[in-house]
Amino acid sequence: MTNNPTFEPDHTPGSVTDAENNLELKEVEGLSQGQIVRRRFFRHRGALVSMVVLAFIIITAFSSVGLSFSFFGIDVRTPGWWQWNWTQIPDPQNGGAPTLSLVPEFLGGEGIRFGDHPFGQDEVGRDIFAVVMRGTQQSIVIMVVVGVIAVSIGTVIGAVSGFFRGWRDSVLMRFTDIIITIPVIVVGAVVGKAVGNQGALALAIVLGLFAWTGLARLVRAEVLSLREREFVDAARVAGASNRRIIFKHVLPNAIGVIIVNATLLMAAAILLETALSFLGFGVQSPDTSLGKIISDNQAAFATRPWLFWWPGVFIIAIALCINFIGDGLRDAFDPRQKRLPSARALARATANRNDLARAEVLVGTRGGDTQVDGDVTPGGAPDRREDDRPTHGSRGDA
Amino acid sequence: MSTTTPTAVETVLEVENLGVDFWVDGEYYPAAVGLDYRVKRGEVLAIVGESGSGKSSSSMALLGLLPPTARITGSIKLLGREIANLDNRELRKVRGNQIAVIFQEPMTALNPVYTIGFQMVETLRTHFDMTPKQAKERAIELLEKVEMPDPATAFNKYPHQLSGGQRQRAMIAQSISCDPVLLIADEPTTALDVTVQAEILELLRSLRTRLDSAIVLITHDMGVVADLADSIMVMKNGEAVEQGAALDIFQRPQHPYTQSLLASVPHLGLEVSEAGDARPAPSTAATPVLSFQDVAIEYPKRGRVPAFRAADEINLDVYPGEIVGLVGESGSGKTTLGRAAVGLLPIKSGTLISAGIDISAGTTKELKALRRKAGIVFQDPGSSLNPRMPIGESIGEPLLLAGEAEGKELDKRVQELLTSVELPTSYRNRYPHELSGGQRQRVGIARALSLAPELLIADEPTSALDVSVQARFLDLLQELQQKLQFACLFISHDLAVVDMLAHRIAVMHRGRLVEQGTRDEILRSPKEAYTQRLIAAVPLPDPIAQRERRESRRAGL
Repeated sequence: MTNNPTFEPDHTPGSVTDAENNLELKEVEGLSQGQIVRRRFFRHRGALVSMVVLAFIIITAFSSVGLSFSFFGIDVRTPGWWQWNWTQIPDPQNGGAPTLSLVPEFLGGEGIRFGDHPFGQDEVGRDIFAVVMRGTQQSIVIMVVVGVIAVSIGTVIGAVSGFFRGWRDSVLMRFTDIIITIPVIVVGAVVGKAVGNQGALALAIVLGLFAWTGLARLVRAEVLSLREREFVDAARVAGASNRRIIFKHVLPNAIGVIIVNATLLMAAAILLETALSFLGFGVQSPDTSLGKIISDNQAAFATRPWLFWWPGVFIIAIALCINFIGDGLRDAFDPRQKRLPSARALARATANRNDLARAEVLVGTRGGDTQVDGDVTPGGAPDRREDDRPTHGSRGDA
Repeated sequence: MSTTTPTAVETVLEVENLGVDFWVDGEYYPAAVGLDYRVKRGEVLAIVGESGSGKSSSSMALLGLLPPTARITGSIKLLGREIANLDNRELRKVRGNQIAVIFQEPMTALNPVYTIGFQMVETLRTHFDMTPKQAKERAIELLEKVEMPDPATAFNKYPHQLSGGQRQRAMIAQSISCDPVLLIADEPTTALDVTVQAEILELLRSLRTRLDSAIVLITHDMGVVADLADSIMVMKNGEAVEQGAALDIFQRPQHPYTQSLLASVPHLGLEVSEAGDARPAPSTAATPVLSFQDVAIEYPKRGRVPAFRAADEINLDVYPGEIVGLVGESGSGKTTLGRAAVGLLPIKSGTLISAGIDISAGTTKELKALRRKAGIVFQDPGSSLNPRMPIGESIGEPLLLAGEAEGKELDKRVQELLTSVELPTSYRNRYPHELSGGQRQRVGIARALSLAPELLIADEPTSALDVSVQARFLDLLQELQQKLQFACLFISHDLAVVDMLAHRIAVMHRGRLVEQGTRDEILRSPKEAYTQRLIAAVPLPDPIAQRERRESRRAGL
């Protein structure tokens, strides 16, 4: 560790105080809140792996088949590196079975290769890899847009009603109640039918307008407790306006709740879009989405199961990644979260301590200061006090 | 010094070379080292020290109530039996049955969803083979023993229905229910008002003789120690720096730390012997900076809860350059007054002039003008600084919002302020959690003084600090007050602190000012019965004087 207590020959009796100071230093080491959160987050292995996997999925999805969005007349189109795109209909090969093979030859497989259609083809011959990549793009766009819109609305409504209370709280919360009572899937179905042909972006915006309710409730609860804290009064005495107090003092302290809820919301948005598209109310042909792929091919379940595997795998992978990241963030933002050391770490620390204690005894006896030394040295030391041959101090611990 | 029981030769607790280490990031750090002490039946051992000195963790080690990251070394013998590193099942038999604990905060130590009777019966029935009816009888008997008013009714009450003192009594009744041989009292009176504290100390004193058990008292309050302890162990940085009989330690402290600890305890009535009044009160002829004229403050009704009048008929003036101490028990409305003075609470009726501005109407414009002229230091330094803001930004906020300074200029002002409260300027980028309690409270002052206000409200600024830190903090406040000459309303429940600082004192009781006058008038010759009671209840950090006072108080009752 960085702050090893040092024991100088002329300083033996004070070593306890040094260690005590180090303990204190360790707890208040000059770390900003952000650094602490980052460090804790990176300790969460699941979250870290999920981040890498999610980044890989996003990059692959957007680079392989290229972008193609049109939103109220604005077209964005870029080419991708994959040979097909999701609208082309190449000739079916091999009954449309996936050409992907991951079993190496020396294990009796066909060797590692991708082939022309690694995920297979559907009954008309569309390349499933291209289709799934396009579907993944749509899902990710929906996830991000729903996340941004719902988090902004939910945070502002929650913060305003929690902070001001009174009539503003009543009005906003009753409004929230009304939105909550309408099932999102019904709203999505009605709106999806109307704007589904506008593409995933329009659908995402509408879904975002209905998905903020849970977050608003949580933020309101958090703000209700934060507004009673003294630093809010202190800011008010300093002359801060309500807007400044909300955005500068209260919301940064609620960031944990907001971020965590946002990730959960994003995972839910993906599943919602999938459900809507499966029901036929989401993204419309000729465009596609993960849910729509499943829905389109439900008749082929027995004959071409890969039509379900791949979109299913990606739905699960994205939702899982987001949930893991959310879990990691929750842990990182919770200040009460303290890692419990493993039995091995405890044993190692004990060994270290005994080593230190022994070194201390050694130094103490050499300095002729045995009296004081014996008093301050914790456990395990006294039985070695007789031992003043220097070589014994470096004897390794078993 | 006090009641030595005739049979008391049996040693209840024998601690030898006790060490407690905590695991932090792969290494053990000692929290307590090489403690040796023994406690006999009927004896009270006080463990004194500042927060972080290891007094609590070493005592929790006796019960095995430490987190799994802790490691205990050495030996703990209870009635000759080794209990260090017993397994959990064995320990549970010891806990409650032979060792009991009285916690600091009875509201959090008692379960709020059960009646206190239920909780006592539960304890009794876990340890003894009793029918519910027997247990109930025994519980009521115990409540009588701790002098709970109307024990049979109290049995069926929930913790929130009792007052703080009654809750602590219930807590004590529960902990003595199994006739423990050892009672650990962890800051038993810290959360209580002085008058209630005096009652609880009285109770502990009588229980000690009636139960004949050993008591380990953990506290930082020298007054409590003087009142109760037979022997004292002073701890610093995990080591016992001094041990001995109470009287010896108070009269002939050997270790420099003990001496400084005793010196930093504010001593009520110490200055009376010094040249009359060394602090000439500033002229009261000028216009007051803060003036309450027949003010009433109400918390508005909410739902079915009726409006609560927290302060009524308040008439109080604070003149320029003067420190006025406002004292009273918790719930007496003193904080309410302080918050009203800086415009955080609207007043119901009367006239309130703060820093020359009439804020009775509480309009936004008036309040905005007031912000530049009045500052407040809050009670809890942990909660009064925004945990997500570097302290430099917190200090600079009033300056920035008042449009006084910006950018480089602001940086300079912040550094000046940090220097004036004796903090290194490099601290400006630190977050509140990286500072100690005393340092945070300095930041609080720096912020309150950033606009050089005419009026400073200090709302119990030292109640969360250790004595020695408190002493340094009060010195700093006094120094700054003399330099900047602001008027100050100093709110405190601690009469000794007010005695050190204030020119004039106002006493508050149940939302009304019962008495006000100069420091000497109030503290040396109080007229109102309530003030007299308040002063008599303050424990003196001197065993002999405290005993005299206790006897005179008992005679007076």
